[in-house]
Amino acid sequence: MFLAAAAAGLLVAGLALALLWAPEDADQGFSQRIFYVHVPIALTAYACFAWGAWKALRLLWIRDARYDLESYTAVHMGVIFGVLTLVTGSIWAKISWGVWWTWSERQLVLFLVLFLFYCAYFMLRFSVESGPRRANLSAVYALFGVALIPVSFLAIRLAENFIHPVVFTRDGPQMSGSMLFVFSVCLAAMLALFASLYANELAGKRLDARLRELREALE
Amino acid sequence: MTYFADVAALARKDLLLELRSRDTLPAMLLFVVSALVVFHFALPSDASATASTGLLWIALLFTALLGLARAFVAEREQRVLDGLVLAPCDRSAIWLAKALGVLAFLGIAELVALPAYHVFFAPVGWELVAALALADLGLAAVGTLLAAMAAASRARELLLPLLFLPLVIPVVVGGVGATVADDPGRYLAFLGLYDVIFVILSWASFEYVVSE
Repeated sequence: MFLAAAAAGLLVAGLALALLWAPEDADQGFSQRIFYVHVPIALTAYACFAWGAWKALRLLWIRDARYDLESYTAVHMGVIFGVLTLVTGSIWAKISWGVWWTWSERQLVLFLVLFLFYCAYFMLRFSVESGPRRANLSAVYALFGVALIPVSFLAIRLAENFIHPVVFTRDGPQMSGSMLFVFSVCLAAMLALFASLYANELAGKRLDARLRELREALE
Repeated sequence: MTYFADVAALARKDLLLELRSRDTLPAMLLFVVSALVVFHFALPSDASATASTGLLWIALLFTALLGLARAFVAEREQRVLDGLVLAPCDRSAIWLAKALGVLAFLGIAELVALPAYHVFFAPVGWELVAALALADLGLAAVGTLLAAMAAASRARELLLPLLFLPLVIPVVVGGVGATVADDPGRYLAFLGLYDVIFVILSWASFEYVVSE
């Protein structure tokens, strides 16, 4: 409950700051403000996948069945945030470069690959009987996902020429202090949103599983 | 050393089985040549050699899929996998033996595909051969693990390409890049990196795929 309230508050504050207070970008004007939504969503999606893989690792390590549901829920959230990244990135590409999709946009291509990969995760999950076998298979596949992220990133970087603006370089973030502040608020908002959605979804899924157990016990 | 003896025995079983039944390999060979012929007609007549390189990689990818879809059929139908899991050997030996078998099939398919490509489309350079050798390692490693996963599911043959294709996009990037770029070294190094990462990951995680 506290998480949901924090997420809502931060989201409102972040959006208000991004739309009203943050300085206008000299190059791109108003459209640059989608940066405060697009990039935090993308980073949150990575966080979801990493969290799912961490839970998957715990499952294989400790063999506690509850990690299966936690890993699944995190990946589930990751796919939702991933789709949002694709959509917001596509909108930004349309405004900035005049096309909905461009293969020279490294992050968008990476998210497309990840989207395909994690959709297959659901296909795998839904075509195996529930039980320890399914938990193991899903966990192994989720772990392959975090290996795939840097490898694909490298592959896409090798293959294309880019027009994607690079903000976070080796010399630190290339933006002014007030922009960084707004960005941090938005990132915190998205992470809080993820945490509250995750907690909610997990509670629901646990209830569902418990209900199924009870029903089976009754029959 | 018993580990390698186990691997050798298991790999020998697969190759012997294939030698006796000839289920998979002839199909792979015929498929790769048919695919190349179809690609000749699919390409516009003024297409460049670069385009045909991409098609060669697609043909080989699908040939690998064809072989992988058959990789665990005998194990599943005759319930061999249950026996192997119960056997007193390291489970990753099962993966290694199967991956070596898949690697051998892929290599033989390429022995046919490359001359055919050379005759039909464009001359084959050393970069292409090196890239294929590196790519085969990764394809066999990842593919064998995913084939075992798909064999455990209800959807089976349907599921394998869905699991396999997103994971091997980097292989295609590296392979095609090594063949057409001016400096193939970068791409070959990338393929090597992919192999190292995914061979270790597949080797380490196979145990969890076959056991409960």
